[in-house]
Parts: sequence; C-alpha cells; structure tokens
Amino acid sequence: MSESGGLDLRYPIGGLFLIIGAILTVYGIMTAGNTEMYVRATAVNINLWWGMIMIVFGGVMWTLAVRGGRGATIPRPSSGGGDGD
Amino acid sequence: MPVTQVTFLDYTVMAIYFAAVLGIGWALRRRMRTSTDFLVSGRSLPPWVTGLAFLSANLGAQEVIGMGASGAKYGIATSHFYWIGAIPAMVFVGIFMMPFYYGSRARSVPEYLKLRFDEKTRTLNALSFAAMTIFSSGISMYAMGKLLNLLLGWDFDTSVLISAGIVLAYVLAGGLTSAIYNEVLQFFMIVFGFAPLVWIGLRSVGGWGGLTAKLAEVAVDKGLPAGAYTHAWQGMGSAATNPIGVEWFGLVMGLGFVLSFGYWCTDFLVVQRAMAADSMTAARRTPLIAAVPKMLFPFLVILPGMIALVLTEGSGLGQGIIPPKFAADGAPLLDAAGRMIMDYDLATPMMLVKLFPSGMLGLGLTALIASFMSGMAGNVTAFNTVWTYDIYQTHVRPGASDDHYLWMGRAATVGGIALSVAAAYVATAFNNIMDLLQLIFAFVNAPLFATFALGMFWRRSTGHGAFAGLVSGIGAAALHHGFTLATGSVPGVKGGFFGLLHTYPSELAQTFWTAIYAFTTCFVVTIALSLVTRPRPDSELRGLVYSLTPRPTDEVSHWYERPAVLAIIVLALTALLNVIFF
Repeated sequence: MSESGGLDLRYPIGGLFLIIGAILTVYGIMTAGNTEMYVRATAVNINLWWGMIMIVFGGVMWTLAVRGGRGATIPRPSSGGGDGD
Repeated sequence: MPVTQVTFLDYTVMAIYFAAVLGIGWALRRRMRTSTDFLVSGRSLPPWVTGLAFLSANLGAQEVIGMGASGAKYGIATSHFYWIGAIPAMVFVGIFMMPFYYGSRARSVPEYLKLRFDEKTRTLNALSFAAMTIFSSGISMYAMGKLLNLLLGWDFDTSVLISAGIVLAYVLAGGLTSAIYNEVLQFFMIVFGFAPLVWIGLRSVGGWGGLTAKLAEVAVDKGLPAGAYTHAWQGMGSAATNPIGVEWFGLVMGLGFVLSFGYWCTDFLVVQRAMAADSMTAARRTPLIAAVPKMLFPFLVILPGMIALVLTEGSGLGQGIIPPKFAADGAPLLDAAGRMIMDYDLATPMMLVKLFPSGMLGLGLTALIASFMSGMAGNVTAFNTVWTYDIYQTHVRPGASDDHYLWMGRAATVGGIALSVAAAYVATAFNNIMDLLQLIFAFVNAPLFATFALGMFWRRSTGHGAFAGLVSGIGAAALHHGFTLATGSVPGVKGGFFGLLHTYPSELAQTFWTAIYAFTTCFVVTIALSLVTRPRPDSELRGLVYSLTPRPTDEVSHWYERPAVLAIIVLALTALLNVIFF
C-alpha cells in the first residue's frame, strides 16, 4: 500500500505471479528428468520455463509498485461522493 | 468419464488465484461509502486499469471458447471479429462518443438516453439491457459447469455455485472497483495461461509454416481454396470461397459497421469501464489502450482452435483433437450429408488438456475459469447499476437517500447473481428457450447504434423519433430474420418462421444482413419522425450533442498520450495486421 489507504493494483498482480511462478519453477526443477511427462509439451520443460517467465513479470510489477508513482493507486473516496443525488 | 485428471498441484494454483481475487475485494471493502463508489467507482481509476478492464469484461466464455471454436471452423478469418469487428468501433467510441458519455455526467448508458431523448427511450434500453446481462451471465455459468464436468468430471451444481459465490463475494465487498481490479488480474491470467498454449501448439505442428501446410489440406478437402484457413481476406470476394460463407460487403457493413459499433459504442457493460476513469482524457484513452491487446488477441484465442484442427493425437474420431458431438446413446451425431458434427467448442479446452502437463494445466484451467468469472462479474456490475439508477430510482422509488440506493445496489448484486444461477438452470433444462432469447436480444441490439449516432451527431433528432426508430428497427430485424434462412437450416429459431423470401449461404451472413436491415430502418424512421416532431431547445442539449459541445482538451503530459495520436497508431497497426494476413 503506497498511499494513504490506496490499493496499488500492481502489488496483488506482482504477488500472484511471483507465487505461481515460483511453484511452477520448483515443480519444473523437480520433474526435470521426467521425459515422459513433457512429451506432450514437445519435450519442453514448460513448467520450468514458463514459471521463470512469470517470476520475471511478477518481479517487474512488484518493483514498479515499490518505486511508486501514481500508476494504479486510487485515492480515498471524496467525502461528498455522489454525482447528482 | 472425464478427459483428464487434475493433480494436487493444479488445485493449489487455482486456490492461490481465488485467494487473490477474494483478497482484492476484501481490501476494497471500506472504500464503498456511497452508491457511486459502489456502482460507478466514483470516477477514480487510472486509464491502464480501466483499459484492461474494458477488454477483460468482454473476455467471457464466448470469447475464449467461442473464438477457439471459430478458429477451428473459419481459420484466421475469425480475426475479422477483431480487426474489422472491434478495433474501428473502439477507436470511434474513444475519440467521438466518450466526450458525451463522460462529459454528460450520466451514470449509465441508458441515463445518457434519458438526458438526450426521453424517459421511454431510456426505459426500453434499460429493461432490455438488464434482462440481457442476466441471461448472458447465466449462459456463461451453464457453459462453464458443462465444460468442467466434461473435462474434469466436476459436479455441475458445485462448479456453478462456487464460481457464483466467489463472484458474489468480491463484487459485494468492493463493488465495481473490485470487479474492475479483478478483470485486470484476469486479463494477465488469460494472457499467461494461453500464450504458452500457442507456443507449444505451434511447436507441435511445425510452426506457422507447418500449420499453413496442414490447414491447406483441410481446406482442399472441404472444397475451398488452399489458403482459405490462413488468409483473412483472399477468399472474401465471394461467399463460396471462404469458410465463413459471407462476401466482403456483408462482412464490412454487417459485422464491421452495424454489429461492431452497436456493441462497442453502446453496450454499457464495456462503456461502464471507461466511465469509471479518473478524467475525460483517461476515459477517452480507455478503449484505445484496450485496442492494443485486442488486436493481438486473435493469436491467443483463435490459433489454439486452428492448431486443434490439425493435431494428430486425437482419439481417432472427429477431426484433429476435436471430438464430434455425441447422441445420448454414445454414437457420434451426423448431419444430413452423413458427416460427423464436430463439437468445436471443445477445441481450446482439448488443447489445454492434451498439451499441458500437470502444473501448467492448473494455470491453463485457472485462466479458463478466470475468463468465465470476469464475464460473469462484468454482467453483474452492469446489471446492478442499470437496475438501481435506471429502473429502481426512476420508476420504483425516486428521491430516497443515497444510503438507500447503496443498499439497493448491494441487494441488486445478490439478486442479479441469483437470477443468473436460475438462468443457468433454465439453460440446462430448456436449451430452445435460450436460443430464442438470444435471438430476441440480437433483434433488440441491432438498431441501437443508429439511435446513439443520431442522438450524438444530429441535434434535430427527438425522443419520439428515437423511440419509434428503435421499435421499428427491432421489428425490421424480426421480419428480416423471419423471412430468410441460411442454407441447411430448418425454419424455426434459425429464421423462416414467416415464410421464405431469400436464402443466405451461411448463418453468419444471415445475421450480418439482419443487422444491416435493422440499422437502416431505425436510421430512416428516426430521421423521418424527428423531422415532424418538436426538437428540444439547444440550451437543454449542451454537452449531449456534438455541435453544441466544446471540443474536449487533452490533459496529458506527453504528446503520445493524446487520444488522437493513440487512435492513429492503433488504426495503422490494425491495417498492418490485415496486410500481413491478407
């Protein structure tokens, strides 16, 4: 949370991709010798490779959020609120 | 028997995603103080967020499953639904129409109609729109329950109720803001779930070159030119030389103009995302930002269907890995010519389960479920706003406190989801009713763009003219459909119920021409009746009509953030894509 009460959307996006990316990467390392499992994916260890790509993306999002900028932060609602009524 | 088994790891990936979705709703719950916070996000969001949500709200089941199915049926020509059928309209709504939606301070699209025309025009639009959102979200749930049952053996009731429960929880907690935030999250899930599917899919058929060669054989088998599946425009000269079965004029006018502008420029479900932006410039940039990923989405959602058509790891029945539809006794269904009827809706899901190992399968399935849920949440958040402001506040209880309308907005969220679940069960029991409803909504939507275009750009148009134009446009759509049929269809929901005056080469051609007739009728009737009814004085139309509204100034810090510059870039890139895949 960067500003007073504002939720910067880049934190949950970054966090989600870091966690899922880490799970896939670890699983990819654990199953690295299992050629039978990856035959369907044209012999690419897709868990390992895609997990790492997700970690990179999650990391970029998280870094952007930490470095701040208004980006995706929404301010607290104005006290008056409503338009019209 | 389910097609595949899901492991503990796949469930873990899904669970983490659901936790994130619910967490966002939870984090936003204290922000919802007024009905405008809850229903229209208090006009507070930055354009990249509203832009991705604009795209994602439309990225429901129809999009991901349906575009994969169309990819298998029509090949790369399916991208017309994007490059002709979406991008130009998205640019138009951003540059020319958003100033009136945003600038009029209307809280919904029907409310703009009330400000510009009158109460009856608004109510007609609000009622049909509210009914349509419930229906589409019900259809979406039904499709999801059926698919998860078939693929994974999950219980239909459990899938429907759990997904409805999750959407209910996060929309109830954080309102439109929560729905929009989650749509952005879903956008990234869908991109990251489907991009590796295309990568692995292309590898397994020998890249684009291999895919082209294999699809050429399929095309020749079906009596089409060899390039029919891999060229978007080459066969468009005649309905007989392209898999869509429509000629270029019907495609460009019906899909590219009437249907596309009717949807992207007037449908509150998408326009609502732009109206939640934090400034006029941000609102105008919303659809333009959305247009960039939108023009690339064909590669993400259409290619899997095309690849599924030529993969050889199928069960032997059907084509590629796409199975045929089965009758109740387990035998494949055949059409009149004795060929198997393919279950094209399974093209993309079959790609997921055939190409992804455990782990990635969890990610792919999560992306699929995310697309169902974003479609559902989009419909529910549009429904609760139209219900609360355009129906309840207008006709049931005007002049109540804002706290009361906030309460009503929450109640409408619960009610909307309950009705959607009910609609999903109606769909399981009476498929024909759903086909009929879908047809009626197509009639109601077809003339809409004529009404909005005349309202915004011709100050002489009147409320009586608009209402009569809409009603006669709907009538024209019903008449045209009732007097025509597509080759091979039987009279009934597919048309021809009043008699048969013309036969179209395909159902899509019939749909496109129905839209063209409805639009033209609405356009002509609105003008004719407006000329004989009394116009509103100019002073009441400021901010609502082009000629009486000052041009919006761009509040941007860089030249490339200007809406007009973005629009030119978007259109140039789209033209380039059309040339590459000509």
